[in-house]
Amino acid sequence: MTAETIIQSLASGLLMGLLYGLIAVGLSLIFGLMNIVNFAHGEFLMLAMYGAFFLFAFFAIDPLLSMPLVAAGMFVFGAAIYLLIVRFAMRAKTNVGMVQIFATFGLAIVLRGLAQYFFTPDYRSISHSWLGGKTISIGGIFLPVPQLVGAGLAIVAFGALYFFIKRTDFGRALEATREDAGAVALVGIDQNRVFALGWGLGSALVGLAGAIMATFFYIYPDVGASFALIAYVVVALGGFGSVFGAFAGGILVGLVEASTALIMPPSLKAVGIYAVYLLVVFIRPRGLFGSI
Amino acid sequence: MHDVTHAKQRRRDLILAAVFVALAACVPLFVKDVYVQNIMVLTLMYAGLSQSWNILGGYCGQISLGHALYFGLGAYVTAILLTKFDVLPWFGMIAGGLISALIALALGYPTFRLGGHYFAIATIVIAEIAYLLFLNWDWAGAALGIDIMVREDSWAKFQFTRSKLPYFYFALFFAAVAWLVTWWLENSKWGYWWRAVKDNPDAAESLGVVVFKSKMGAGAISAFLTAIGGAFYAMFVSYIDPDAVMSFQFSLLISLPAVLGGIGTLWGPVLGAAVLIPVTELTRSFIGGSGRGVDLIVYGSLIVIVSLTRPDGLLGLFSRKRKKEAVR
Repeated sequence: MTAETIIQSLASGLLMGLLYGLIAVGLSLIFGLMNIVNFAHGEFLMLAMYGAFFLFAFFAIDPLLSMPLVAAGMFVFGAAIYLLIVRFAMRAKTNVGMVQIFATFGLAIVLRGLAQYFFTPDYRSISHSWLGGKTISIGGIFLPVPQLVGAGLAIVAFGALYFFIKRTDFGRALEATREDAGAVALVGIDQNRVFALGWGLGSALVGLAGAIMATFFYIYPDVGASFALIAYVVVALGGFGSVFGAFAGGILVGLVEASTALIMPPSLKAVGIYAVYLLVVFIRPRGLFGSI
Repeated sequence: MHDVTHAKQRRRDLILAAVFVALAACVPLFVKDVYVQNIMVLTLMYAGLSQSWNILGGYCGQISLGHALYFGLGAYVTAILLTKFDVLPWFGMIAGGLISALIALALGYPTFRLGGHYFAIATIVIAEIAYLLFLNWDWAGAALGIDIMVREDSWAKFQFTRSKLPYFYFALFFAAVAWLVTWWLENSKWGYWWRAVKDNPDAAESLGVVVFKSKMGAGAISAFLTAIGGAFYAMFVSYIDPDAVMSFQFSLLISLPAVLGGIGTLWGPVLGAAVLIPVTELTRSFIGGSGRGVDLIVYGSLIVIVSLTRPDGLLGLFSRKRKKEAVR
């Protein structure tokens, strides 16, 4: 193992990690807002990937261009899921934890079933997109262009999210609702609306991630499952609800995955991620950056 | 006064269970169709598995989404001992159960301290690690799995070439034992603690240490029984690989009947399995190959609808009165 291979894989790990952060941040946002883990998060990613795929297949819109469309579509979808399902799950008076887990879990299964039924279980991929299959060399390190653009996009998205939360009215309402939902209702902010918009925003972010992932990853009904698990790990490492914890958690997971792949067979690379999750929660049950 | 009705209720439950078992035992006399018998075997197996899950997930409130680990361990230990060491499956079954129980104790120590979501995700992650390790473990067959040759009809070797009936009776026995263990636990000291903790979080504080120990116990019992189910499944389908016994799908299938029927209740898992498994199997076969995914749509919707409209599970539909009694 030369120094070059190590740098090479850590660099790609870093890129993947930024993307993991982008996949996970919506999950963290929603959790922070209302204490709910969306167990269908991976399926949201899957839908976004299919969205980019079909826009490319039917209208020849490159994923780079369709990205805003996919994100907008996912925004509407996420808000609708809140209004149609999650809102009612929050009203449960008995078995609250169970209801919240299984309502979104059931949704995940339905979405997977719908994808199998309508899109067939076939593996799809977007061939000849602007980014697909290209690599560039920076100082002797080869980096795949889609991941590089995805990582750049993730950084921009996190920056925009930071600005959004700190500087806009809705962002402040979001923060305030996270702090104390009851008090927010008293000052006349419609909590339901904030929650719906929060779900929309969280889903739009995973929509962005899905559109870029579609350029270099196979698209199939179960694709969300493995990424969802990674997203949970990212969110848990960063601390549930901490948006910028997701950023750091994503990078950490990407680097751990890349280092595991250096010393173990590639098929076992996820083991490293899972082991880090267990290690962190056993030592610090609130995640690395969690404050709640 | 209350104690009297409680004891009466428990006796009624026991009699009801005995009647169910007796009736179920007679069903194969009338139903000869192999396909239907197959569904009945699976229904009973999942009733037993979900009942085992319910001990930890329902009564203790520790939502495990990683019971595929114990299911798979039971299947693997039995299959490996049988094919590599010629150990009869009955011993393999017990060995698998004990190994699973020990692992559950080892895992319970760090995981039971974790809060809700962290715990659930830890269970998924642990089961997933085991799945990946088995997928890459050549000695245990890796992705190719282990083929259990069925050559003869033998109760000693628990394999039957022609009839599915022996499997049916074992599955019935398994479901009945899991039910009985739950029935017994409900009224034990542990059962009271669990209920106290559920009703009153402050009680959890004062009972902290003892409750932790009882959770460890529940985890071990739950894992042991789940592994017995896994061992049975290995012999029933006579072929295992990581996807067939240790994938996440099983964690889901093991927990769902209890969730649908009524989590933390004595009859919930039985009712849930009796609804879920036939519905899944029938939609799968009626819609056929062209409609892949329809079974997922059907039971996914069932879960969403039940968890939104009936947080207490389908059991709540049957007996509102009983439920009120149970709350007290």
